[in-house]
Order: sequence, then structure tokens, then C-alpha cells
Amino acid sequence: MAISEDKAPARPSPKVSDEVRKTTCYMCACRCGIDVHMQGGQVKYIEGNKDHPVNKGVLCAKGSAGIMQHYSPARLRAPMKRTGPRGSGQFEEISWDEAYDIAESWLRPIRESAPEKLAFFTGRDQSQSFTGFWAQAFGTPNYAAHGGFCSVNMAAAGIYTMGGAFWEFGQPDWERTKMFMIFGVAEDHDSNPIKMGIGRLKERGARIVGVNPVRSGYNAVADDWVGITPGTDGLFIMAMIHELLKAGQIDLDYLTRYTNAGFLVNCAESGPNKGLFLRSEEGKAQVIDRATGKPADYDAPGVKPKLTGHIRVAGETYRPAFELLAETYMSDAYAPEAVAERCGIPAARIRALAADLARVAFEEEIVLERPWTDWKGERHETMTGRPVSFHAMRGISAHSNGFQTCRALHVLQILLGSVEVPGGFRFKPPYPKPPEAHPKPHAGAQPGQPLDGPHLGYPMGPEHLLLDEDGNPKRIDKAYSWENPFSAHGMMHMVISNAHAGDPYKIDTLFMYMANMAWNSTMNTSSVIDMLTDTDENGDYVIPHFIYSDAYSSETVAYADLILPDTTYLERHDCISLLDRPICEAEAAADAIRWPVVEPDRDVKGFQSALCDLGARLGLPGFVNEDGSQKYADYADYIVNHERRAGVGPLAGWRGEDGESEGRGAPNPKQLERYIENGGFWMSHIPEEAQFMKPWNQHYQDWAVKIGLFDAPAPYVFNLYLEPLAKMQLAAEGHGAQQPPEHLRARIAETMTPLPQWYAPFEQEAFADEDYPLHALTQRPMHMYHSWGSQNAWLRQITGVNKLFIPGKLWEEQGFEEGDWAYVTSPHGRIKAPVARMDGVNEKTIWTWNAIGKKRGAWALEEDAQEATQGFLLNHLINELLPPKGDGLRWANSDPVTGQAAWFDLRVRIEKAPQGGPSEPALDAQESPVGTGPKTVAYGEEF
Amino acid sequence: MTTLPESTETKLGLVIDLDTCVGCHACVVSCKEWNTSNYGAPLSDIDPYGAEPEGTFLNRVHSYEAMPETGCSQTVHFPKSCLHCEDAPCVTVCPTGASYKREEDGIVLVNEADCMGCGLCAWACPYGARELDMLSGVMKKCTLCVDRIYNENIPEEDRVPSCVRTCPAGARHFGDLGDPESDVSKLVAERGGMDLMPEQGTKPVNKYLPPRLKDRPSEAALEPRHEDPSGLFAWLDKALEKI
Repeated sequence: MAISEDKAPARPSPKVSDEVRKTTCYMCACRCGIDVHMQGGQVKYIEGNKDHPVNKGVLCAKGSAGIMQHYSPARLRAPMKRTGPRGSGQFEEISWDEAYDIAESWLRPIRESAPEKLAFFTGRDQSQSFTGFWAQAFGTPNYAAHGGFCSVNMAAAGIYTMGGAFWEFGQPDWERTKMFMIFGVAEDHDSNPIKMGIGRLKERGARIVGVNPVRSGYNAVADDWVGITPGTDGLFIMAMIHELLKAGQIDLDYLTRYTNAGFLVNCAESGPNKGLFLRSEEGKAQVIDRATGKPADYDAPGVKPKLTGHIRVAGETYRPAFELLAETYMSDAYAPEAVAERCGIPAARIRALAADLARVAFEEEIVLERPWTDWKGERHETMTGRPVSFHAMRGISAHSNGFQTCRALHVLQILLGSVEVPGGFRFKPPYPKPPEAHPKPHAGAQPGQPLDGPHLGYPMGPEHLLLDEDGNPKRIDKAYSWENPFSAHGMMHMVISNAHAGDPYKIDTLFMYMANMAWNSTMNTSSVIDMLTDTDENGDYVIPHFIYSDAYSSETVAYADLILPDTTYLERHDCISLLDRPICEAEAAADAIRWPVVEPDRDVKGFQSALCDLGARLGLPGFVNEDGSQKYADYADYIVNHERRAGVGPLAGWRGEDGESEGRGAPNPKQLERYIENGGFWMSHIPEEAQFMKPWNQHYQDWAVKIGLFDAPAPYVFNLYLEPLAKMQLAAEGHGAQQPPEHLRARIAETMTPLPQWYAPFEQEAFADEDYPLHALTQRPMHMYHSWGSQNAWLRQITGVNKLFIPGKLWEEQGFEEGDWAYVTSPHGRIKAPVARMDGVNEKTIWTWNAIGKKRGAWALEEDAQEATQGFLLNHLINELLPPKGDGLRWANSDPVTGQAAWFDLRVRIEKAPQGGPSEPALDAQESPVGTGPKTVAYGEEF
Repeated sequence: MTTLPESTETKLGLVIDLDTCVGCHACVVSCKEWNTSNYGAPLSDIDPYGAEPEGTFLNRVHSYEAMPETGCSQTVHFPKSCLHCEDAPCVTVCPTGASYKREEDGIVLVNEADCMGCGLCAWACPYGARELDMLSGVMKKCTLCVDRIYNENIPEEDRVPSCVRTCPAGARHFGDLGDPESDVSKLVAERGGMDLMPEQGTKPVNKYLPPRLKDRPSEAALEPRHEDPSGLFAWLDKALEKI
């Protein structure tokens, strides 16, 4: 048959676009660099930026679906005030002036009388150093972002133990590691770097071990899958430590030099010093010097600490922390046989994995011929590497024993000598940074005044808790109280619940940004909706005012009174700052910007710019000039001109009036232009001799000071033994000026052990296994980032319905068949959901994809969207409180150390339900203030 | 009936590593994004915000779980797009000549001007790799990003299909499978690359690298040298002296 002349040319070479604009992705929190191809003023194509340190050119499904996010029909169009009852979705669009007038009318009186009546929480905010600055200027103690319901256990355990954690704090040495173990890794976190790393390990023939109740994604490609029972990772890790200790397979040189293994611990049965370190008069922790047998400062040059023995001082016995550690983990309670059943892992498997770790760490050690000088001035000709590395995320973190589990994982890494060494785990600037170098938390609120310091930080003992004179929490979320003393990221999941209960006090205005707190970003969704809509005896809302900023018509928009519409990520300025959560690599410091590659076509404004305006209207210090005029015209102005310390601002690149300085330097009015010219980011490499052993490496410390990460070198040792927890235990025993309430003493003593110990998750302990025999979990699909991703026209075609996955054995026992539905019941509630069989899952665990289910009417989807009719949330089953204990108290369902939301402690039972939807609870629809999306899309037609 | 070239010297195609693919769908969306605004009609979406959204994709990832007789469940993520077969039944079945296989590089393309959307090619393709676009009424399929791979407006290193450029895990490779010395041919030889459904006789150009054997835990165990802490401490004192 004749072939027409319309065939493609042999070597077609069409123009790709008019222009490429390089910015930073925000389709999730990973902060990859993107090349945005523009044609005719429209976004034509988005690809990864090849020069960018995070993604090096690759881009995930979310990133490539950015076009559909940017042009989403759910985008809000203008500020809105609520006209119907909360939850109705009835709004009127208003001007920014009117919106600011309303906000000011609520906020000004609060600031002048009781600033704590504002609760300002900012969700998945990447501008926390800015939003925190605003909240501090306002004067409320009630500020945090979403870390408390995300992975604060992982972050805080890392900081307290070794001065840094996984993800943006550090990374495996992808080029050298030979065995990589991942624990509970959600597939969206550090999305592209982990995938790139796994690909690289596969290419090099390195071994990957996945520890996760569910075998999907990374765990599917892992060489070995360990399908652990949820909440028992700590036991498994401690059993491996047990094996290593019994075999003497630990890095003694590393432990004596770089950890507090030799620090002398007071071993009195009781008394005010029990569990504390022996310290010199100057406060220096003491070790037994092997040369003299006498106590000496741990950091004195030439001192080599003993790890065994004891010493008596002032009538009390002191022993090196290592002895206590060995006694703890060599006990029979942590023998593989003792933990196997509970973990769902055969003892032989635990022993084999411990043996594999030891073999790779010690028999396959790496030696780099790279001379360096340590903090005590000792010169080393080589760097010795232990090529085993680890990564962990929410799976081990989101339990009420998560802090100690995460600590245990770090203890394992440290015993193997595999942190900050070639082949092991490496920090990214501004880490390493020990807990002492972080701020302490502040909550000193005074009418009309800024807060007395930054909100969040790392307490080192009871003296840093945020309690009033009566011992009550100063913060609405009760962070830094005896209930959760080290809640370093705040406790966003408790804000609405506590504000509704007036516990510890009532608030006036709830102000939130980018957190779908009335839906998938909260525990206990149905009840939270009730709390937001509840009225008092006068018919007024119990939480009087709710201001919310979002770019899209989310579920939470419907429950707010005033909406400040945010832009899409392609329409805004942002800085991915070294003051916050930058984009550094193990061998480089780096930061980045977003800039408006497209101007908004709606009456919307970047939330941070709105805060600049609102801050000026309220006359907040830092937001007004001396004459009272507005200091920062918008967020871009702040990014360039704000100085946190002299010469140190949000962005480290191209500082100084001439733009030639790095790290430190005066503001440069052309700074953003320089970032844009450079592809949206700045990067400065760490000198080669400073790239490993960073906490103890003089070169690194000097470089960090030069670049402005610290103001003086701050070398430190790792905390195998965590003395601040011993201080909490001492308080629980009645010592010290600050005393916990009676009802918490036993729990503090049990859970705040200075060496990580395993205890059963609280909610699991509260109910009989027979009543709720199953664990229930969620994971995020790799191609979505909570409800942002599941509204996307392209991504929702990949996963539009989430099934509840049921392990094969249980599936057969209960006689499930394809197409069935089930009721899932927890102690707190019941849902109805469609089910599917899966064999690659722990046999006591059911699970589903997170944040697919949507409320009818939200996100500009049609009311019969599959996400609303078949999709579902497990959140309805998870209470933010533990079951009542009969003492009239509200016990948070959170980690007792950090306050991390214990999502994954959930226990349930399932039974067959009548076939067919809708999924339950089937809540009433909300009206869409932006209508619904088009019936067809043919994107690209115009090009 | 449309004829195929007798043979093509150059056989451009993909090599997809099933051992490394984590099933992230990056290739799926990058493909959609590039191809909806480049070669031919857009890849449309019907009911994109409604009950049953259904759009055109040139590449999709399916995940398959298998339970071996012994050992634990295995999951394979399986990306699938046109395999640019040497004996492509989708071409020979085409009544208008719209479907054709290029002599110069072996790419199978659809000339949309001649496509009447009859769907015979999709029926003939044993892989289900073609999708009729409901809005434009023409048949869509993987073009191997023919408008990227020769495109002088794109930096040379990026002249690969968009799915290959974007793949975070590096599980997708592009090259000339007609050249035994090419990187992709060597990779296929090294890793035992396979044809998909060879019994269909389509001689696909694309190859799949099979997953490596997994879950073969070692039976190693550490020799317990110290049954209790005191034994460990005694050893440790001696060991420390040597450091």
C-alpha cells in the first residue's frame, strides 16, 4: 500500500521549547532540580536538572507530572472568606486587603493580650526558618511544622546519638558501601537519591537487605527481604547487637576514639548522681586513662580511655558506659531465640544477618590513602572504612517505641564503626552537629512582645522543658512537657485535639499552612472534623478562628474561616536554605531556590510573601523598618536581605556586595539572579581531606566555620549512652528541682533508658491480641506525595483506588475473594474498604496506600471520583489519644520521648463486608469553591 | 497489509533491567509528558477528574507477585511499551499503511495522517503495547522518542528516549541492539537478556534483563566467644592494648 508523505522525517529535530528555566521541584519534599521548558509562556515539559546535586538529571513520576499539578483545576483563585458553616465549602472570594483586614482583626488583639492564643503550624513547609522567625516575632510559643507526625523519632534519635540522621542529614557512601540495610523506608522519602543509590549498588553488585513488613518497591528489588512484625525492629536490631558483642565483632578503636563508650557512669543504686557521668570541676566528662588508670578529661590529647573496669570517687562507683551497654545487650532477653517469634524472623536468620554485617564491616574493610588530622591534633595517614550502611524512615519511627528503636539502629552503626567512614553512612552539611550545638526550646510569651528565643530545639535535661510555674505545658501541643520531653519537631497531630479540649488551655486562632489536617494529615480524621465544627453553648465554634493557606481546594480548606491562597511551586520564590533543610551532599554544601518560572494568573500569593505583608501590618519586629514601614516587600526580598547572624542569611551562595563570597558576606542585591544563572542552586565542595570523619576532622571543622555553618569548631563524640535521658529518669525518681507529675514517673523511668531498650508499643499493650490480632499500616506510593499527588490527573490514573492488602494465609482463612470488601475495626472505629490479596507481607499485618481516599467535593474532583467512592483512609481508625485509663487524663498516642505520632502502633481486626462501595465512613460532600475539572484533557495540543 | 523491511541493520531499542526496576512509574509519566506535546496528537485523558479517568499512555508499569514453592513472595515490576519487533504483526495487519517499521533504525511508527483508528494493530500486537487515543481517534505507541534521539536541539548526551533519561534507578538502557559491540548488546549478553514471549515469533528488539535470584540468606553465624560480659571485658582489655 502506498505510504503517504506525512511520515516523520528520518531524523526529526524539532525545537523543544522557547526557553529552559531551572528551578526546584516541590512535587514532594526531596527538592530535586528541574529544567522547566517553556513555550509560548506555558510549561511544556519538565525534566531533571543534570547538574543538580540531588537528582543529577533524573526525575520521578511526581516530578514529571508537575504540569498537571501546576495547571490543576483545584487551584484556588483568590482569598476567600467562609459564608456557610464550617465544612460546607461555601466561600466568597475577597480581595487580599480584606483578607488581611480579617486576619489582623483576629491576630492583633491576641498579640496584645495573650500571644499563645495563636497556634501557628505549617505542615510540609520548606521555609521553616522563615515561618519560625515570623512566629517568634509574633510571640506565640505555639509553632512547629509537620515533623511530629512524620519522622521526628528518626531525626531526634539521630541528632541525640550521633549529631545527624538519615535523609537530608546524611546518606550512605553509595560508591563504596557493600551491604546496605533499609528499615521501614517509605518509598517517597529521599525519593530519587535512594533509587539512584539502589541502581548504583545493583550495578556494583552490592547487597541490599530490606527490613519491612511489606515487600513492595525497594523491598521487592532487595536481595533479601525481612518481613518483620511492626513495632519489633528494636528487638531485631538489639539481637544483632547481642550477636556482635558475644563474638567480639565491634570496632574497638572507633569506640574508644569517637564515642562516649569510655565515659564513666555513676552506678549507684540510687541518689542524685545515678546514671550521670563523672565530670571534672569544669564539667568535662571523665574516662579512665589506660596509661595512668586515673580519671582524665575525655578529650585531652593522648588520653586513651578504658572501656572496662570501675573506679570509686567520693564513695560512689563509676563504670565505663561500654560495660553497661555490653551487659544490657548480652542479656538473654536480646538473644535471637528470645526475640524471634515476636519479630516474626527466625533466630537463624537474625544470626546470619549479624554475621554478614560483621564479615563485610571487618573482613572487607576499606582503607583510603587520605591523610587527615583529628580534633586532638593526631595525624592519620589513612581513613579506615566499614562498608556497611543503613537507611531508615517512618516504618521504625512512627511507633511509641520509635525513638529507642531509632537509637538502637544508630548504636548498631556505631558499634560497627560505620558512621562517617568510607563505605558507611556519611553526614551532609550542616551536619554533623551534636544536640548541644542546637538551640534550646523557648516558650516565653509576653503580651506584645516577641518570643524569648526559637521555638524548637534539643533539651539536655529537665531544666529545658517548657513548663509553667505549676508544671503545666506551655505549648498547646504539650511539646517539651513531661509527657514528651524531647519533642524536637513539636506535635502537630495534637494541636486541634488539645485546642478543642482546652487542654492545657484554649486558643483563639488556628493558623495553618500546607497540611491537610482535616483529612489525611491527621490521626482520627472523623473526630478532628467534629472538633473543627463543634460549637459551644453560645453556638460559637469551640476553636473560634481558623486561617488556612493552601494552593488547592483540599479537604481542610472547607473547615477554615479565611483562606490565603498559595501559588503553585512554579509560581513562587523559595529558598532551600542551610538554615533549614538544605540540599547538601556528603561532599558538598549546597542550597537552592525556587523562582516564578510562570507568573500566577490568579489572585494568589506565595504564603511567605503573605506573611511578610501580615507581619508588617501587625508591626512585628523584623518585619517593619524603624519608621514602621514594611521591611520586606515579599519573600524574595527577605531571602536576599535577611541576615540571621551578621553576614549569614538564608542563601549561602554569591554573598557580599560583589557576589564573590560563599557562606558569609553582606547581602547581595543580585543574589537571586546569580542563582538563576547557575541553574537554581549553589554548591561548594568540601576539601578532600575533610570529606570523612567529619565530627573529629580538624579540616572539616575549620571548613565549616569558614563557610558559616558554625562560629567555632565543635568536635564531639557519639552518644552510645544518652545522659539527658538519665537525667529524666533521675527526675522520675524524685531528684532535682523539676519534678514530673506522679502519673508519669513510672513511664519515664521505663521508657527513657539512657541505653536503648525495647518495650512494647503502648496501644498494642492496651488491648488483647485476640480482639485486635492484626497490625495495620500505610505506605505512600512512590508516584504520589499524599493528597497533592492523588489529585493529579496523570498520577490518579496510576493509582486511583487503594485496596487493603491482606496476607495470603489470612485471605484464605477468612475466605476472601477478588472484588470483596471488608470491615476493618480498631479499638477506635470502623471503616469499610475494598480488599486484595498479597503474599509479600508480614502475616500479622494488613496495609494500604496512604492518602488516596478523598472527601467528596474536594480537590475539584467530581463527587463520584473513585478516590471518594472506593478510596479510603486508615486515619479514621487511629486515635490521637491512648484509650482512657480511668484517671481522667488525655494520654497522647505518641512516643513518650519525642511525641512522634504513633501511627503504626494501630491494631485491628477484619471481617468480610457486603460487596460493593461506597467505602466508609462516607462523609457528606463539601461544595467546591473552584468547580470541577474539565471532562477531557489533551495537554500539549497547543504546542 | 503493509510490508516490513526485510531486515534493518540498525535495531534501536530498549533494554529494561527487571532486577533494578523499583516500579516507581517515573518512565511512565515522563513518557506521557514528552509525547503529549511532541510527535503526533496529544496523549489525551478522558474523564481526568471524574469517576473513571482513562488516558493514553505509551508505557505502563505492571507489578506481578509470585509465590514460589519454597521461600518468600517475589515481586517484579514490569515496564511495558512497544518492543519494536522485527516481525511486527501490528505493521503487517495495518490496512492503510499508517503503521510502518523504519528501514534506517527499525523503529515502528504510526503515520497519524493515514491512521483511521480501526484498532487492528492493537488487536494484532500480542503485548498490548498500542493504545487508541479516544480523543484524536488515532493509534498511539512508543516512538522511541524519535523526535529526541536525533534532535540537534537537545544536548547530545540527552538524545535518548525520555523514559531512559528520567529513570532514577538506571534500569532502562537505549541503544543499537543490531550492533553486537554496543553497550546494550553487551549488557544483554552479560545478563542473559530475554525476549518477551518469544513463542509469538515477533522477534522483539527490546530486551528484558531477568531479576537476579533473591532471598538466599546465608547460614552464617558468628562464633560466640564471650558467653557473658565478663568474658568480653577480659578479651577487650587485651585487644585494646594492641591498638
